[in-house]
Amino acid sequence: MFKDITIGQYYQTESLLHSLDPRVKIVGTLAYIISLFVVDSFAGYLVCALFLIVMIRLSNVPVGYIVRGMRAILILLLITMAFNLFLTPGETLVKFGFLKITKQGLAFAVKMAIRLSLLVIGSSLMTLTTTPNQLTDAIESLLNPLKRLRVPVHEIAMMMSIALRFIPILMEETDKIMKAQIARGADFESKNLIKKIQSLVPLLVPLFISAFRRANDLAMAMEARCYRGGAGRTKMKPLVYQGRDQGAYFILLAYFCICVALRLLPLPFLV
Amino acid sequence: MTDTAEVTGLTDETELTGLSDTGELAGLTVTAERKWTAMGITLENVSYVYEQGTAMQTAALQGISLEIPDNQFIGLIGHTGSGKSTLVQLLNGLLRPTSGRVLYNGKDIHEDGFDKKALRANVGLVFQYPEHQLFEVDVLSDVMYGPKNLGLDEATCKKRAIQALENVGMKEKYFKTSPFDLSGGQKRRAAIAGVLAMNPRILILDEPTAGLDPRGRDEILGLISEMKQKLSMTIILVSHSMDDVARYVERIVVMGHGKKVFDDTPRNVFKHYIELEDLGLSAPQITYIMNTLRDYGMDVHTDALTVEEAAAEILRAAKRQP
Repeated sequence: MFKDITIGQYYQTESLLHSLDPRVKIVGTLAYIISLFVVDSFAGYLVCALFLIVMIRLSNVPVGYIVRGMRAILILLLITMAFNLFLTPGETLVKFGFLKITKQGLAFAVKMAIRLSLLVIGSSLMTLTTTPNQLTDAIESLLNPLKRLRVPVHEIAMMMSIALRFIPILMEETDKIMKAQIARGADFESKNLIKKIQSLVPLLVPLFISAFRRANDLAMAMEARCYRGGAGRTKMKPLVYQGRDQGAYFILLAYFCICVALRLLPLPFLV
Repeated sequence: MTDTAEVTGLTDETELTGLSDTGELAGLTVTAERKWTAMGITLENVSYVYEQGTAMQTAALQGISLEIPDNQFIGLIGHTGSGKSTLVQLLNGLLRPTSGRVLYNGKDIHEDGFDKKALRANVGLVFQYPEHQLFEVDVLSDVMYGPKNLGLDEATCKKRAIQALENVGMKEKYFKTSPFDLSGGQKRRAAIAGVLAMNPRILILDEPTAGLDPRGRDEILGLISEMKQKLSMTIILVSHSMDDVARYVERIVVMGHGKKVFDDTPRNVFKHYIELEDLGLSAPQITYIMNTLRDYGMDVHTDALTVEEAAAEILRAAKRQP
């Protein structure tokens, strides 16, 4: 059931993208997300898509694996498309009863679908190529300036890394409990809504209990190791920028400039 | 319609007799005639691959053929990662084999129209740490969950639950307590009762002693052996410890790196104690003692399974010597 969700999962392999500094990848992903909202023409989306395709090739993650992860947002995608398709005012193309499809609606729906897909693939590419540990290290390092404003940066990073770490554990746990209850005749595939909700009780109660138990164990283990927050803590693997990271920043900047240019310059061939 | 089903069942079994290596299972081979009427699970050349199509692709099982008849006490042994947990999930249809077939009473369990719920009632599976699946307000209603899912009426469910709880040695005063207030060993008993209440013909227990202290371990193992005698069902005891199973089971299936390595009576399996070590397993301690004694020149048979048998054998050898 959860096998298909690749969002937030790490894909173990070796590639250029995997070896980049995680800070570059976070900044890059943010820049990519912003760029998707900067461009508003099909030509612009083409540039964004090409950039993403190159990145996927550089990441060594199989395309099939990434596309499978898209299934999780398929429903969201369809609903968004439907709303945009039918509810955008403009020049009417087709009309069924009170529903009408406009030219603007069609263009907007397609753009929205492309934007959402690229957004999800782009951000999942970051988590696919970066371990949760690296990710939180990078967030801590990027947010470091906020420490002067008394923002508990280390604590936020620690909470994030724990939360991220627990996603696969709880998924595995859910899978296990589900199987155990199926072995006792539970039916999780019932179409009946009330039965469906009822069938969740034997799943959720053990899951919550196990989550509390794990949280308790973890707190105990951290205290046993004299965890006292971030003050004076050093790192085994401190983040240091390499030459390739600087190169990556440069490429990102160039890409971002192209996107902004595509938006600002009134080029005639842009739709 | 029944005729055709029987005929297909027949051909399946005949094919299998040709395929399987029952030759070395001297003590376990059943006559061909009995096989056709025999109930149980048959695995035909079953393989299972995790995360197929990704870099994490791993073959958990490769070409397993196995026959599990009625009323047999089987130990399924393997090191961590040998595929034993995957194997038991194939037996009640929780996982679908990547290739090969799983038959229950001669019928393919993944064929359309096969009643999986009935299969899961007949093939009860108790997972590792089964107490993690308890959820109800009291022990009795938790045990009733299984029978209720089978669509039985309240009274029958209750009757079965009480019977199952008695069979696992749960005292009546605990029936109305919350399962979360029980001790570790009792929780496990309650969870085993939850599967037992479905009246399975075959009961699979995945590491039922994991996380228990030595006393709790002996209690649970004794209980399982008692259940086997009282309820005359097939029990598959999954474990990584030979010492746990040697005393109780009549047949041992050893898994190693996703393959079936040995499938024989305990005495015959333990003869291969050196090969077992290569698989990260070990024979019972008593096997080592007897082999060492023989290496030192004592004329003993090395196939004792329990301390009592070993003691008797040593005494006998001592008398034989001039």
